[in-house]
Amino acid sequence: MSAALLIEQLLNGLQFGVMLFLMAAGLTLIFGVMGLINLAHGSLYMIGAFAAAGVAGWTGSFWLALMGALMAAAMIGALVEMVVIRRLYDRDHLDQVLATFALILIFSEGTRFFFGSLPLYLDTPDLLSGPTMLPGGIEYSKYRLFIIAVGLAVGAGLFWLISRTRIGIQIRAGEADREMIAALGVDIRKLYTLVFALGAALAGLAGAMIGPIQSVEVGMGEPVLILAFVVIVIGGIGSIKGAFIGALLVGLTDTLGRIMLPQLFGLFMDASSATTVGASLASMTIYILMAGILLFKPSGLFGGQS
Amino acid sequence: MTEALLQTCAICKSFGALEASKDVSLDLFPGEIHALIGPNGAGKSTLIAQISGALRPDSGQVIFDGQDVTPLTTTQRARAGLGRTFQISALAMEFTVLQNVVLGALGQRGKVYRFFGNVMRDKALLERAEDALEQVGLAEFRNFVTAELSHGQRRQLEVAVALTLQPKAFLMDEPMAGLGAEGSHRLTGFLDGLRHRAPILLVEHDMDAVFALADRISVLVYGEIIATGTADEIKSDPRVREAYLGEEDAA
Amino acid sequence: MRRETILNLAIPGILLATALIAYAMDEPYIITLATKAAILALAGVGLNIALGLGGLVSLGHAAFFGVGGYAMGILAFHAQNYMPIWGVIEGTKSMPIIWLVALIASALTALVIGAMSLRTTGVYFIMITLAFGQMLFYFAISWPTYGGEDGMSIYLRNGFPGVNTLVPLNFFLICFVILAVVMVLTDRLGKSAFGLALQATRQNAARAEAVGLAPYRLRLVAFTISGAVTGLAGALFADLNRFVSPSMLSWHMSGEIMILIILGGIARLSGPVAGAMLFIALEYVLEDLSHYWHVYLGAILLGVVLFARGGVIGLIAGREVAHD
Repeated sequence: MSAALLIEQLLNGLQFGVMLFLMAAGLTLIFGVMGLINLAHGSLYMIGAFAAAGVAGWTGSFWLALMGALMAAAMIGALVEMVVIRRLYDRDHLDQVLATFALILIFSEGTRFFFGSLPLYLDTPDLLSGPTMLPGGIEYSKYRLFIIAVGLAVGAGLFWLISRTRIGIQIRAGEADREMIAALGVDIRKLYTLVFALGAALAGLAGAMIGPIQSVEVGMGEPVLILAFVVIVIGGIGSIKGAFIGALLVGLTDTLGRIMLPQLFGLFMDASSATTVGASLASMTIYILMAGILLFKPSGLFGGQS
Repeated sequence: MTEALLQTCAICKSFGALEASKDVSLDLFPGEIHALIGPNGAGKSTLIAQISGALRPDSGQVIFDGQDVTPLTTTQRARAGLGRTFQISALAMEFTVLQNVVLGALGQRGKVYRFFGNVMRDKALLERAEDALEQVGLAEFRNFVTAELSHGQRRQLEVAVALTLQPKAFLMDEPMAGLGAEGSHRLTGFLDGLRHRAPILLVEHDMDAVFALADRISVLVYGEIIATGTADEIKSDPRVREAYLGEEDAA
Repeated sequence: MRRETILNLAIPGILLATALIAYAMDEPYIITLATKAAILALAGVGLNIALGLGGLVSLGHAAFFGVGGYAMGILAFHAQNYMPIWGVIEGTKSMPIIWLVALIASALTALVIGAMSLRTTGVYFIMITLAFGQMLFYFAISWPTYGGEDGMSIYLRNGFPGVNTLVPLNFFLICFVILAVVMVLTDRLGKSAFGLALQATRQNAARAEAVGLAPYRLRLVAFTISGAVTGLAGALFADLNRFVSPSMLSWHMSGEIMILIILGGIARLSGPVAGAMLFIALEYVLEDLSHYWHVYLGAILLGVVLFARGGVIGLIAGREVAHD
């Protein structure tokens, strides 16, 4: 494999990892602060994508679409938190799983009702379409670089938010002890709604940004949700840093696995069976990675005791 | 001189900067009740956890019945004959009282991987279970769901479950906690007789019970054992008075 | 008799009666629906061993359902094409052999997945079982030999000695008898020494350890049995549809099996049966009313979780303690 191709694939892996990070960060934050496992997080990703497609179709502006997606996801997130989710904080995990699974059914069918079953497509904005030249003469998609940049910026923003701001202090206090934070005079209900809306907005942003790369369709959130779970298992629940490292690991492993495994098997197999075996195994690499990490660190790379 | 049945040899355990156990050496001889007392936060729970197997010491050993059990899990130590009761009742709350003691008897007997026979009709297990209930005075509550029991009754059930294990030594974490005067008086009488079946390492806050029961008392302060001796020796030990009893007088 | 005992007989009785009445009225489609309910109930009874007795919230049971389905599909595929597996093992169209293979294959899968997932508890366990299930899903999609994403069809339903399985009622009865037998065995399992120990680990793992019982092993055995039963259901499901595809392995399937249990009532012996009948009936009625019937299903599920914890049986039988 040429160096250029390798770098291109590394960047693809990075872009994928950054998307996963946006999903996983919200999930892990919501779990860390409220102790809630939210299967419907993928629905918020989907809502972000559809909102973006809707606004883009209406206004023709990608940037307005991005804003619209953020706002739609955050608002629907806040609404769902107030109507359903807040009743689940004191329930066991099984109830949380079932109730949020029910939300997926409602959101998926609701979206199908409003937008139909046909996939939608989002246009790449002119500013970001086409490739750009990287140092070393490598051509790479501007739009994917944009995603990487946004993801890294959001990551940095989150670290800043958590470690430097008042809300961050409240979030960290909430992770440590719910009663303490109530004793500090923080309105815990408001904080929870805020955290949930923040997580939803991150998922919505991820969904909107993926629009120009993938088709926007019902059910698009679920594969990403499950990968985000893998990320969290690898990184450790509740840790933003873990989510970041885990997301990059998963993104790179998956992308590189798909390219390199068929080539690897090609060394000692005929081409067609190498492609078959390689592709089948490549679809499993991240889960094998997860199993491997579980074996040595059952609570993830950056998790406390499980 | 008989050998100690249970021993901790120079156990150390710290959590970050906090030294929860500093070089703790304790022993328990057949036929005795050895009480472990100490103010809150002295590291009693940490020590109990290391003896029962829930925590591993950073260094030092736990010797039980002539065997180094430091690497063993809680389950393995229970099977080796260490019967413990919990500070906060750890019972299967949805089970009936009888099911809880049958569970203990089952754990003691082994042969758990039987999938078909009705375990609640197993005569040998039932006999041992009901015998244990009888001893702690819970026989008439056998069919109650455990969650319906009063706090004191749950403490009694804890002890009954430990009895079904027919342990070589008991490890009791505040069995009197929350019992009324009458309940703790009854339990004191019962433990008094129990020591001849198996010695008891007793962690207890109820000083009347400790002074009435204990052959020896060890005092744990800030993770360290500052004194071990008979009730009278402990009562008159100036370090203990200063570090522990003095503090309690003030409170 | 206690009310729950009566329900344990009545609920499967209703299912049986439905199929017989449909037969009398010559409504083969209703018989097929009843068969589907019986099979899904069996999958639910399997999951309930892990979930209800062991408290193990597995979101990956579709993996075992699918492995059972593919066990059937692969054996029948090789038999109908007269092409031995790896050129050595003959395929088969005989149900008893297929069931046995499905049981063993799904038990082994559950053993491996369980051995890894059960090292963790709580949310980790949920996410990891979900992830391993998804792994098999993607594997099935990318492995072209047995149809990949499209799945594969079996032309003719498999056979059972002495029974014409092509008659819908006969196949229903086969499934129903298996369901009944497994329910009786599960009931005994719950009351056995193993069942007592397993339920203790659910309620209080520290208690189980303190009496010398190792939760990990108990859970792993329960998870394996649970996976095997769900796998058997998968083989029957594939036979009902004469079709296997990766959708049997999808996490929606895991969710649906879990929904059955909750609709019926968790840790109740006949909960999955009541839940499966309700689920199929809802699907049948609501699908007619609207394309978007999953919205209603979601709303009902949400209502049950938030307001009616005991499910249908909980509403009828009251708050008796199950499985004592």
